[in-house]
Amino acid sequence: MKDTFTMDCPQPRLLDETHQGVIGTGMDRPDGPQKVSGTAPYTADNPTEGVAHGALVRATVTRGRVAGIDRASIANLPGVIDVITDPRMTRNPAQGMAGEAPVQPGDAVHYHGQPIALVVAETFEAARDAAQRLKVTYTTENAAVTPENGEHEVGEPDAAGDFQRAFDSAEVQLDREYTTPSQVSAAMEPHAAIAEWKGNEVTLRAAQQMVRFNKAELADTLGIDESQVRILSPFVGGGFGSKLGLGPEAAAACIASQKLGRPVRVVMPRQTVFDCVLRRSETKQRVRLGATKDGRLTAISHDDQVSNLDGEGFAEPTSQASQFLYGADGLSFTQTVARIAATPAGSVRAPGEAVGMLAFESAVDELAQELGMDPLELRLKNIPATHPLDGRPYSVRRLADCLTGGAERFGWKDRAVKREGDWLVGMGMASAARSNMLVKSAARVRLTGDRAVVETDMTDIGTGTYAILAQITAEMLGLPPAQVEVRLGDSDLPGASGSGGSFGANSAGSATFLAAKDLRGQIAERLGCAVDDLTLQDGRARGANREVALSELVEAELTAEATIEAGETAETHFSSGFGAHFAEVAVNEWTGEVRVRRMLGVMAMGRILNEKTARSQAIGGMVWGIGGALTEEMVNDSRDGHVVTRDLANYHVAAHADVPRDMQVVFLEERDDWANPIQTKGIGELGISGAGAAVLNAIAHATGVRIYDFPATPDKVIAALEAKG
Amino acid sequence: MRPFDYSRADSAKDVAGAQIIAGGTNLLDLMKIQVMTPEKLVDITRLSELTGISAEGDRLRIGALVTNSALAADARVRAGWPLLSRAILAGASVQIRNKATTGGNLLQRTRCPYFYDTSQVCNKRNPGEGCAAQGGTGRMLALYGTSEHCLAAHPSDMATAMAALQAEVEVMRASGDTVRIPLRDFYRGPGDRPDIETVLEDGDLITAVILPAPRAGARQVYRKVRDRASYAFALVSVAASVEMEGDTITRAQLAYGSIAPHPWKNHEVAEMLQGQTASDALFHRAAEALTREEAPHPDTEYKRPLLRRTLIAALRQATGLGDTAGTDTVRTPA
Repeated sequence: MKDTFTMDCPQPRLLDETHQGVIGTGMDRPDGPQKVSGTAPYTADNPTEGVAHGALVRATVTRGRVAGIDRASIANLPGVIDVITDPRMTRNPAQGMAGEAPVQPGDAVHYHGQPIALVVAETFEAARDAAQRLKVTYTTENAAVTPENGEHEVGEPDAAGDFQRAFDSAEVQLDREYTTPSQVSAAMEPHAAIAEWKGNEVTLRAAQQMVRFNKAELADTLGIDESQVRILSPFVGGGFGSKLGLGPEAAAACIASQKLGRPVRVVMPRQTVFDCVLRRSETKQRVRLGATKDGRLTAISHDDQVSNLDGEGFAEPTSQASQFLYGADGLSFTQTVARIAATPAGSVRAPGEAVGMLAFESAVDELAQELGMDPLELRLKNIPATHPLDGRPYSVRRLADCLTGGAERFGWKDRAVKREGDWLVGMGMASAARSNMLVKSAARVRLTGDRAVVETDMTDIGTGTYAILAQITAEMLGLPPAQVEVRLGDSDLPGASGSGGSFGANSAGSATFLAAKDLRGQIAERLGCAVDDLTLQDGRARGANREVALSELVEAELTAEATIEAGETAETHFSSGFGAHFAEVAVNEWTGEVRVRRMLGVMAMGRILNEKTARSQAIGGMVWGIGGALTEEMVNDSRDGHVVTRDLANYHVAAHADVPRDMQVVFLEERDDWANPIQTKGIGELGISGAGAAVLNAIAHATGVRIYDFPATPDKVIAALEAKG
Repeated sequence: MRPFDYSRADSAKDVAGAQIIAGGTNLLDLMKIQVMTPEKLVDITRLSELTGISAEGDRLRIGALVTNSALAADARVRAGWPLLSRAILAGASVQIRNKATTGGNLLQRTRCPYFYDTSQVCNKRNPGEGCAAQGGTGRMLALYGTSEHCLAAHPSDMATAMAALQAEVEVMRASGDTVRIPLRDFYRGPGDRPDIETVLEDGDLITAVILPAPRAGARQVYRKVRDRASYAFALVSVAASVEMEGDTITRAQLAYGSIAPHPWKNHEVAEMLQGQTASDALFHRAAEALTREEAPHPDTEYKRPLLRRTLIAALRQATGLGDTAGTDTVRTPA
């Protein structure tokens, strides 16, 4: 194992010097044909001889204890094998990067829908039927299920300057409260696991995002050593945060398989995914802005209230972007966590920004309106010199370019409200920001002749990891990408960051880059040239007046493994992706229906590794922005907390007709030298951050009324229209 | 899903004592989550006498097995009863419409989330056990025609259009007799037995839906408002077929969807419009009359203003007062 590389200072932009010309191109995903032809084996697709099927039994009370499980109630059903209860079973997925077992509740019930047992049968249908018929008795306790009634933990404010004084003395003040409902990831692939033991070692096939952490979580859950655990997640059908941590289906499958001595498969039905996979917390947000009459922000406060189950450390970081987007004399951010008995909350795509920016960028827009100022100008005027809370310089920030370039491209200056029949057409915009991270990651690259293999436990959750790691390696080693094989999602491979927080490409990509860079050194040595003089292109090495085919030069395998972790640059500089979203919407003045006519996102997020998969990520985020603004709402019953919107007919993600055909993404050229050695920033979450606010601001522009309780469904729009008269 | 016996019907007589399956687009979902657990399924999709669309004089007879897609695309329907095509196309997705049948669509179950969740009590699933929607949460619940035992709404777009068009349902009885039941008499209110949704009895089979002769010059509108642009059940919908002489409304056939346990009609509103000059003021009065009663559940109170405004928009469109050009169109990228 090589020493770990720490990111302490800017690194040369080697990917701009290499010659293969594949980095940044919109190369097709190598795994694409498999995926579109249905031959990519997702977890539940793996045929497993002798497999038994498990169905999670969910609690039908809100809080209490399981008093009795009447096994006889299903004993006569054909195909039923066993009902598994075990103190090692888990009540919910681990939080992202926990690296340890989630809460193991024993016979305690902490929320309605919590998994309390696993019924195992010979078929999926029999297991599901038996799980539903199983008679369970409970003792119950009272519990708060709404944030208003839950116990409130008020945090210490993050602050700079004297907000209250700045706000009180501001020439113009805005004080608004916003609410957003819980949301869910609703990944296309439901959570699934297949466990099989050989001796005292278990192999788990599972839909997971962070294999390195999941391995530790599973070992801790089962009370075994990590060396006894192997996790395989080569294909994951969407995650969005919901598969960051080891899920209850995986723990249950392993425990049942161990007890029964045969493989066990557990696939969550969609309703169970809603019940017990981590949701995004609902929020109540208060934004206060103070400004001078000419539009200089003097006071910024963004306080929020979120919720979670007792014992869960995660709290939706609602004001994350508000803390560094604009500057003011006084800033203050206070978070309150309400403890409630409901499906636990965790990371859902762009935790914080996705809902925080809906409120914050709506407030900024309304302030511009109060000031009689162009919202674009207000934003441009308040871009701070350094991080407003800690004074760090920004690594590289093209927010102003995104704002002005986007406005130009979108036709922002011609935005008079138009009427088309019963439809009012208006435009809105918002800034985008999503902070950037580097997480410890390792990768190995092996080169034999002119063929390379990349190995890391990194995952591809639909984002394009297979493509970008092949491109990085191909670029560095001068190979056509088809000659690079990428092996992912196997815990026996070097441990990477996993997919989360938009840091996967930065982290696993940098580790791959460093391993390939090491190989370049080894090749140069063989060629007898200085590495700086080495040129690698199309399978040939040039240097020291020689040109040799790699197939000749590298007859025996060369291997390099590299590990990277964040270093001093993370402390000296603040790195974030920035952008600007623009939306044009039509609002029906009678029915309150909102249709997005067109959208534009202009984003600067470091080096783009693959123009096509990056664009898909950005568009996917913007689509979710539409959902957050207009349609998505997870509803819990206010009596027992159970999830009411438990399927995709009741939980409304934005569907095709909600997404305009004119949906454009522009990437500005950027290199972040302080972020990592490949100069990238995270891209998976910037698309959603602020996108919904642009839609909401366009509604306000079109109609003259503002919605403060999101999503802006027709009932809320007509209520606002009627209140205006 | 529980094990069940499956057989194919060779004749309409084979349906007694069994759960009928045709397209299965709703039934199979309900069987998977065990809201419905039939022990015996009889598949009627091979009954050729239930297929096809045929003229009966000026009327149109739509076989019970005609798919939603085929019905919406039928040239005669598009010309004479365009309201029906538009309503069908406003519902579900292409894939579902390709499978779903005319008879099955009429009999689809409510989408009340408490009906769908077997951990909750529901009088529609288990008569007498209670209604969890009472005191619960539910913006998809009904506004009118409910009872203390059930607040659920009927979600069908197609049935709402058929109600406005004054269609009849043709039913073959177990005896072999065929009867035609006006759609307005086909559904039952929930009362204390919300599990019984129609007047059908065991052994009855819907064989067709009959559309009356098209009304010459009628302007037809189906206006559906939902939480997203497609693939969602209506919050409210309005089906309107309006006839005019000059500026005067001579006849208005109206029905309202997703606000009641069945397609909703209000004769007072239709009569208010008849013989009157089309105007915004008239439409406002009609809309007020339609929504006079309060909602039975606080979460559906919004349906009153929404229904009012949707009716006004639909009448404006049908009478030419309003211009809805551009509705739901998107600009093609430059």
